[in-house]
Amino acid sequence: MNAPEAKPDLDSLPIKAEAKQLNFYYGAKQALKQIDLPIYDNKVTALIGPSGCGKSTFLRCFNRMHDLYPGNRYEGEIRLYPDDVNLLASAVDPIEVRMRLSMVFQKPNPFPKSIFENVAYGLRVRGLKNRTELEDRVEQALRDAALFGEVQDRLQDLASNLSGGQQQRLCIARALASEPELLLFDEPTSALDPIATGSIEELIHALRDKVTILIVTHNMQQAARVSDFTAYMYLGELIEFGWTDDVFFRPKQKQTEDYITGRFG
Amino acid sequence: MSTHSQIAGRLAHRRSRQRKEKLIELTLLSAALVAIATTLGIVFILFSESLVFFRQVPIWDFLTDTQWTPLFSDAHFGISVLLSGTLTSSAIALAIAIPMGTVLAVYLSEFASPRTREIAKPVLELLAGIPTIVFGYFALFFVTPLLQKIIPGLPGFNLLGAGIVMGVMIVPYISSISEDAMRAVPVLLREGSYALGATRLQTAFKVVVPAAFSGLAAAYILGISRAVGETMIVAVAAGMQPNLTFNPTESAATVTAYIVQVAKGDLPHGSLGYQTIFAAGLALFLITLLFNLAGYWLRRRYRETY
Ligand SMILES: Nc1ncnc2c1ncn2[C@@H]1O[C@H](COP(=O)(O)OP(=O)(O)OP(=O)(O)O)[C@@H](O)[C@H]1O
Ligand SMILES: [Mg+2]
Repeated sequence: MNAPEAKPDLDSLPIKAEAKQLNFYYGAKQALKQIDLPIYDNKVTALIGPSGCGKSTFLRCFNRMHDLYPGNRYEGEIRLYPDDVNLLASAVDPIEVRMRLSMVFQKPNPFPKSIFENVAYGLRVRGLKNRTELEDRVEQALRDAALFGEVQDRLQDLASNLSGGQQQRLCIARALASEPELLLFDEPTSALDPIATGSIEELIHALRDKVTILIVTHNMQQAARVSDFTAYMYLGELIEFGWTDDVFFRPKQKQTEDYITGRFG
Repeated sequence: MSTHSQIAGRLAHRRSRQRKEKLIELTLLSAALVAIATTLGIVFILFSESLVFFRQVPIWDFLTDTQWTPLFSDAHFGISVLLSGTLTSSAIALAIAIPMGTVLAVYLSEFASPRTREIAKPVLELLAGIPTIVFGYFALFFVTPLLQKIIPGLPGFNLLGAGIVMGVMIVPYISSISEDAMRAVPVLLREGSYALGATRLQTAFKVVVPAAFSGLAAAYILGISRAVGETMIVAVAAGMQPNLTFNPTESAATVTAYIVQVAKGDLPHGSLGYQTIFAAGLALFLITLLFNLAGYWLRRRYRETY
């Protein structure tokens, strides 16, 4: 838990993004209900809740992943600061949104390319061609993802030759290379062993100074270890949000308390 | 019923079931064996009959002679004459079928709405079901006259028209296997690309196509085998004159066209002229085998690891 002893007043903290009255529908099925949630700048916010409560659905609203499939519908807003745009506005191109936010998925999903080309992918998509600049930014991203030392002399190897944990750090490097304003993680360690999980958790913790993070996790200990803030969701609704230690040790809602004590065992 | 007789009954039942399963297994095995035996038989005949041929014609002459005149009194047996026709018509066909088949597969797998796909797939299957003799006459009576308007002096039988139509014929084979391979690429990989800000086109060509590479290679190899082995279209539309040429605007015989010509002609069985078709057939078989092996190797080398 990263909250300092004397927690600053929430009103004084800068906000990076904010969901306002967010509803989301898969066709006729409503999956998110009236969600209001601030994402504080340079902090880690964890989303917890039972399976099927809408954590992934919520996360995927931020980078407009739902636009890829027909029949999905958003209502309400997700505002991104400081420019105060509504990411969900139909006038905003989802590709523009995805250029500014990055996402790391539940399972490592490296492309069938070299380690270098995986990290360079987002930069190439953005039209970057200059070789030296590409190399510099790939190296920086790999360093930020704590992977550079392990792969520096085999950047041209296929990414699929890496171990699962390395692949996931590669995906983090890939997500970091384009210097996102907000980094989304959807259960990034659920396919990894405890040691690989530990190194990803350390990484997330360290990245907090560079980028604002929103992370979905099933693992309560993980939420407690990596996050500053925690949001508890249930059946598509936001039940409780606050400093992680408050949510875990002094929950305001009975539901949150039951879930957390149940999960901690 | 006592427990004892119940158990005995169940055991008898199990024994009869085992017998039945054994019988089914044997039936399936013999079906598989028939297929294998047929293949082996064909290969055996190809080799043994070719051996008869090569006893009279040295392999070196077969490979290096630049004339193919097995029926003349001054007989020459240079297979390269027939191979040039096969390679030229196949190259034209593949130059059309591989790009078109791939683009069509990318469109169907990554861009088309489910409805478009539902309409397009049966139409393509229909195209694949047209007898090749129909394609042959289409090349001869429709495509060649059209080409003659663009290329004056193009002979009525030519490799170009035959190759183009053969290419169109092969498109559905390539597109359907390629599409299957691309649709097997996990959604997670596509979403990874979209999440980095890629467009549909970028995702299709930078992620999905490389990820489906081994399937695409399989599709291309099948296309090559179809082109090299295609008989009717070239027999009808490319002419039957052996001609050592790589010029698509000339008329030439392919290996396959030569084989039909001789097989349905009235050469006496066992004559050297008749024996040529086995040697030519063996050459064809070895070429397709080579491509299939290359395809197998490619698939192993680039096996998907998602
Ligand atoms: N493509 C879809 N179409 C229709 N309903 C969906 C779709 N995806 C998810 N849902 C439903 O929306 C609800 C929220 O799903 P979501 O995947 O967001 O849950 P989650 O909290 O991430 O669960 P988990 O912890 O299991 O990943 C569930 O009831 C789910 O069945
Ligand atoms: Mg989920």
